[in-house]
Amino acid sequence: MQLLNLLFNRHHDTFQHGIHPPEHKEDTRDMAIRQFSFAPVVVLPLVQHIGAPSQAVVREGQEVSRGQLLATAGGYVSVPVHAPVSGTIRKIANVPSASGKMVPGIFLEAFPFSGQEVMEGTPVDLDTASPEEILKGVQDAGIVGLGGAAFPTHVKLKVPDDKHCEVLLLNGVECEPFLTTDHRVMLEQAEDIYMGVRYLLKATGAKRAIIGIEANKQNAADHLNAHLPKDLPLEVKVVPVKYPQGSEKMLITSTLGLEVPSGGLPIDVGVVVVNVATTAEIGRLLPHGQGIQERVVTITGPGVKKKGNYLIPIGTPLRYVLEEVGVEDNISEVYLGGPMMGMAVSNLDISITKGTSGILVFTDKEVKKQQKVYPCIKCGACVEACPMFLNPSQLGILAKNEAYQEMADHHNLMDCFECGSCSYECPSHIPLVQQFRIAKSMVRKRKSKAHAN
Amino acid sequence: MGGLTLLLVIMLIVANKKLYVFEDPRIDVVNDLLPQANCGACGKPGCRPFAEALVSGELLPGKCSVNSEEGQVAIAEYLGVSLGAEEKQVARLACAGGKNVAINRANYHGLDSCRGAALISGGEKGCFYGCLGHGDCKVVCDFDAIHLNEHGLPVIDVDKCTACGDCVEACPKALLSIQPLSHHLWVACKNLEFGDQVLEDCEVGCTACGKCAVDASDGLIAMEHQLPVIQYGKAVQNREAIDRCASGAIVWWDKDKGPQRGKESRKIIRKGEKRVGLS
Repeated sequence: MQLLNLLFNRHHDTFQHGIHPPEHKEDTRDMAIRQFSFAPVVVLPLVQHIGAPSQAVVREGQEVSRGQLLATAGGYVSVPVHAPVSGTIRKIANVPSASGKMVPGIFLEAFPFSGQEVMEGTPVDLDTASPEEILKGVQDAGIVGLGGAAFPTHVKLKVPDDKHCEVLLLNGVECEPFLTTDHRVMLEQAEDIYMGVRYLLKATGAKRAIIGIEANKQNAADHLNAHLPKDLPLEVKVVPVKYPQGSEKMLITSTLGLEVPSGGLPIDVGVVVVNVATTAEIGRLLPHGQGIQERVVTITGPGVKKKGNYLIPIGTPLRYVLEEVGVEDNISEVYLGGPMMGMAVSNLDISITKGTSGILVFTDKEVKKQQKVYPCIKCGACVEACPMFLNPSQLGILAKNEAYQEMADHHNLMDCFECGSCSYECPSHIPLVQQFRIAKSMVRKRKSKAHAN
Repeated sequence: MGGLTLLLVIMLIVANKKLYVFEDPRIDVVNDLLPQANCGACGKPGCRPFAEALVSGELLPGKCSVNSEEGQVAIAEYLGVSLGAEEKQVARLACAGGKNVAINRANYHGLDSCRGAALISGGEKGCFYGCLGHGDCKVVCDFDAIHLNEHGLPVIDVDKCTACGDCVEACPKALLSIQPLSHHLWVACKNLEFGDQVLEDCEVGCTACGKCAVDASDGLIAMEHQLPVIQYGKAVQNREAIDRCASGAIVWWDKDKGPQRGKESRKIIRKGEKRVGLS
């Protein structure tokens, strides 16, 4: 058994495969979170999350104050939207979104003297509230996964009747290069995190909680350990630095040694994974019954003059953010999120949403123009990198031949979560992840079409 | 050795007799008369299943849009069924925003594919609804019926197009659709915004002014979601409907001359790429 463990790398506290991209976190990791100013007009898309669009409950011309409900959840897998600033509703119309679609949205013109105070709501009391009431409170606060996926948190926390939640796993890994939002949140909002953990433990019924932190954030782990309340069953686990450790399935393997089955969810192995910033937000908002109005965003990259971690009101236009922090003249690419899984933006008129964890700006110098793509030399670097144990090389060949259904049926295409490790390692510069995204979108399209017939 | 051969021969003969499945010999004959494009335009997976459907009387020979008229007649005569001739249909693009009239917001580097570009924040084009011009439809077309013109817009060869629908599925912006040739009035825009917001990105976009709906014969055009929707078959299509369109977003499709813009539409004289300060 010992030998087997050695063979299969089980003695390490981490998952197998993965990559080590340069971290580039030193610019912003020691900078405290700073409040960002209000934009003259904030633009709030009603699709900031995965699921049904929120339904606007305000009318044009109405005056609203900070924290007021602007749109209710449009279904179970949906969350409400709250006003990030006091002001007047100017327009309810289509707005551009980061996904490249026009989505319904609200234009909110801020009062010039708008302050930071937030409207109080009905508190969710930790001692008396039932798990269902806590889940309802999480939904009413408009909370989605702040790590980037923006999946409504209350859906994730809902443990199905036939399943049982053993462990609550907090994700403080932040394996994406450049980003330092979760790092700062852990250092500065420890009390909120502890409070959030109490709410989450009650909501999921888990007996203990573990927080996974990568070794490059040792000071955050020490800080959380030092202030840990005696009665809180929270364990801080430091895991080695490796990308993509922040993926929930990888983190479960790293901290608990469990493997989530293909196509399954963490709850299948008795785990619920929540991001630390989301936990802190729950711990801060629920005792006051407020909705989420702002989030921490790391603004960094060689093209930015005033780098840092900012608390930015949701809905602030990207163009305004870049004007405020100042950018170099020769900027060339802007990313929302990290460089590995983030999205290059084609339009600066989109706004900061609940899922925006970082803004990266690169100049002409860093961006290589159109790398030549060479044929696959079957070196296997991508196979060594893939944390899901897929065969990106084979998948890439199939994608080129548009054999999308075969990729899904026989090569587990749908297990790919687009971490980008294969593309990063590929010496031939084959845009593997982009091909897989095309393949996945085609498979989904055909499936929904077949479903409709 | 000879004995073994004899044994196997007998086994094969027995198997041939016992396991014989009767198949209508007409299926082979009809199959030979089909073009063997296996395109799926008839709704069957390929030519042989279509031949089976023909012989069983499920479908009529006119359903095959690839076959020549003589071929269809030959099958109809052989099977003794009616031709079932259907009106010719072609794929048609609902966008006219070539590089000379529509702007790009960003530069795109990466896989040369519309779907790939569309998945990265909607692609580089200013208009969120418009044709990205990387030619996914051209690549997917088995009949060489689509080519990209000098402004990067796909042009469909009416004679070569068999209405198989592959390009319709390939387009990530859902701009292509299968239309009968008798649909002359055509809205070459899918932009759901209105007014200056459209013109900012594209000179030939529909601004939802509604003039065409007024000029068209009764009940022909309805304005829905800032776009004219043409109710084919409900009223006579009249060419006057396009004349007052200022941007030329609604066109008159002529089989030989292609899309014809209205008399008062803005004249496009720019040949090269329309460029503005990229932001």
